[in-house]
Amino acid sequence: MKTEVLVVGAGPAGLAAAIELRRLGAGGVLVVDRDDGAGGIPRHSAHTGFGARDLRRVLTGSAYARRYADAAAAAGADIRLGTTMTGWEGPHRVTLTSAGGVEHTEAATVLLATGCRERPRPARLIPGDRPPGVMTTGELQRRVCLGGQRLAGRALVVGAEHVSFSAMVTLSHAGAEVIALVTGQPRHTSYAAFALAAAWRWHVPVWPSTTVARVQGRNRLEGVELAGPGGIRFVPCDLLVFTGDWIPDHELARAACLDMDPGTQGPAVDTALETSVPGVFAAGNLVHAAETADVAALGGRHAARGIVRALGRGPAPEHLPLPVTAEPPLLWIAPNGLRVAGQPGTCPPSPPPRNRFIVRSGVFRRLARIGVWQDGRRLATSATYGMMPDRPVRLSAAWIGRADPRGGPIVVRLER
Amino acid sequence: MTGPVATGGDEPADVAIIGAGVVGTAIARTLACQDVSCVLIDAANDVGTGTTKANTAILHTGFDAAPGSLESRLLRRGSGLLRDYARRAGIPVERTGALLVAWTAEEAAELPAIRGKAHRNGCTDVRLLGADELYGREPHLGAGALGALEIPGESVICPWTTPLAYATQALAAGARLRLRCRVTGIRPGDAEHQVITSTGVVRCRWVVNAAGLYSDVIDRMVGGDGFTIQPRRGELIVYDKLAGPLLSAILLPVPTARTKGVLVAPTVYGNVLLGPTAEDVADPEERGTTGAGLRSLIEAGRRILPRLVAEEVTATYAGLRAATADRDYQIRVDPARRYACAAGIRSTGLSASLGIAEYLAGELGEAGLRLAGRPEPDPPVMPYIGQAGTRPYADAARIAADPEYGRIVCHCERVTRGEIRDALASPLPPADLDGLRRRTRVLNGRCQGFYCAATVSALLSGTGSA
Repeated sequence: MKTEVLVVGAGPAGLAAAIELRRLGAGGVLVVDRDDGAGGIPRHSAHTGFGARDLRRVLTGSAYARRYADAAAAAGADIRLGTTMTGWEGPHRVTLTSAGGVEHTEAATVLLATGCRERPRPARLIPGDRPPGVMTTGELQRRVCLGGQRLAGRALVVGAEHVSFSAMVTLSHAGAEVIALVTGQPRHTSYAAFALAAAWRWHVPVWPSTTVARVQGRNRLEGVELAGPGGIRFVPCDLLVFTGDWIPDHELARAACLDMDPGTQGPAVDTALETSVPGVFAAGNLVHAAETADVAALGGRHAARGIVRALGRGPAPEHLPLPVTAEPPLLWIAPNGLRVAGQPGTCPPSPPPRNRFIVRSGVFRRLARIGVWQDGRRLATSATYGMMPDRPVRLSAAWIGRADPRGGPIVVRLER
Repeated sequence: MTGPVATGGDEPADVAIIGAGVVGTAIARTLACQDVSCVLIDAANDVGTGTTKANTAILHTGFDAAPGSLESRLLRRGSGLLRDYARRAGIPVERTGALLVAWTAEEAAELPAIRGKAHRNGCTDVRLLGADELYGREPHLGAGALGALEIPGESVICPWTTPLAYATQALAAGARLRLRCRVTGIRPGDAEHQVITSTGVVRCRWVVNAAGLYSDVIDRMVGGDGFTIQPRRGELIVYDKLAGPLLSAILLPVPTARTKGVLVAPTVYGNVLLGPTAEDVADPEERGTTGAGLRSLIEAGRRILPRLVAEEVTATYAGLRAATADRDYQIRVDPARRYACAAGIRSTGLSASLGIAEYLAGELGEAGLRLAGRPEPDPPVMPYIGQAGTRPYADAARIAADPEYGRIVCHCERVTRGEIRDALASPLPPADLDGLRRRTRVLNGRCQGFYCAATVSALLSGTGSA
């Protein structure tokens, strides 16, 4: 079959893109998702806090997911669930598998919105036994929020970022007793309010500068050895939940041989969220793992505008990407290319979603500024921020008009 | 099938085989197909849960075995038999070949001698490769390799489907399987032996010891004191399928007296395997990984295939080889006591399994066990879980006939509801999630259950049949 736009992934980014595409007049918008329900990760987040930036209201994850799914269907997008994109047959031709069979679909443009996942225990190279009872937040919340499973016993949460507190709440509601959140960082990286609520309402402490050294228990989990400021100690537990440490679900992007960004590990995208293959776009947590759902949705909405322009332009792009990279201790910046017009001086570069770049730091800094440089020339200095790992630093894109479209790569770095 | 076996009245079995690993199931299959009544006993809840399930998954040619040893002979015979059996049974096998890489002048100087040994072992196609040809074949190989020995016959195989196929065939031929059944003692008798287990007494005329890591314990139960098993732990790292294109052949190091060393190998599922370490441990259940072991593997991997270590790790595990002081296999038949032993198989049991079974059956026949002497029936056709062939999710005709093969549950490994349903309804169904993993590859992918563990658990417990 043929479609104007194929959106891969019916999470916040994919659905927001589909709604915007239909609003802007795109004809056929086919959204596929391998899951049996639309809405993505928020589907299994029972707690509130979704929608502030995109919907201007605060909803629970499941209500937020439902709202987007309903709106996309009402906008006329063709949403197919239980449908997996299993491979590429060409730059714009894909294979889809579902209970309905194996289909070959030709799309004028493709949006990859496949999201991200948490690194599971093996990927973190944590040694020891391999008993059941060790999982990620994703598995935990699917079991509890979608499967209605009850949990018992003592649980230890690895990580102390936003999602770690979400895991703690899920565990507590499901009946488990959470012992602590442990993080290798010197302190948690979530909101102060979350840590205070954990301590006061749930009596769950954060153990900083602590890592899991070994998992113990041959047939069932018995506990873990923790390496912390006081040395190694054994902590008995029945459940171990690994949270955060996100990695984009980039398999389809890599299978398409898209240029990858070494920092985000997602496909490299310019400010219009187009990848190195013309007509193939990427948005959401595939290009910035992980931001909140509303930021992912706004990225999807932004990508829709680029897609509509691409639909009108014919096969060749009329732009050039100028790489934008981050220097350590900054880990990455997204988008990671500045889209400038092919004919310099004809129009200003396209701005990124929300007129800002997202930067990730690997370190804590109380008062930090980010400098934007090109060929030894400083294009901008940011406002002063406090920055910490796992949290976004939002860099205004006001400087993009000052970049030389024919100059060298743009580098962002911490200023002293 | 796994229920109690009658302890009185009924006829005793001809043979009780203790240990349902790849060797025990192969023996059960071979004997059962010759009308020998067999009971296959294992303490675990599934077949193939010991050394069989955690190894390097290589189908060896035996090029580097000690020439003239029983191991060399059975490895050569067994790997040929298994290659043919696998083709007919749908067991994933890929003939990737191996490159034994020399990184130092001393290692390079050893290659001709290893080639000579390979030729004496019947692997006459083994040849030397210069550095240029080596890098032409493996462009991602780390810098500094001086040359290699090419062993074209080395292959990779699915270590899980193999014992399942053997056991399925044994069951179809009338063998009985007693799982979760730990042998605690053996009472020898003139007419029959009594094998005392945690779930009752098994009467039999012959006892075959294929107990792997516990074969010395079983041997002592019948009065033997011939050998002691020294479990040797091997830790391994499985890399993401996205690392698959980094190599085409199995990359072997030049072996030392103690170990074959750390290798990098493709798997039939498309992943890349790095390992194993080699460390003697006291406890035959010590299957944990260690920080030091994993670190040493990553160091080795960085040298052999630098780009590998930048890819994501999908799994880490450790297996135990059943080593003995004597380097050769301990395969003996004692007609007076009607006792046979297949032990000390170390790390070549998967490759040699059908050779071991054929040899042992022959010896048992010589010793008076009655074998039907008929040609073997065709093997069962097993669900295909490799990546080279067509899996159900990609098979339009199969999905059209049964839409359950189009409903992907495990996205990383693209396992469908149809395949899970089939595994649960098979003659040898899984007892737990690990058993389902080995039959379908569900949960074995990069996300390790982030998406599908909840659904798969529900399907296994019968509550998710929506």
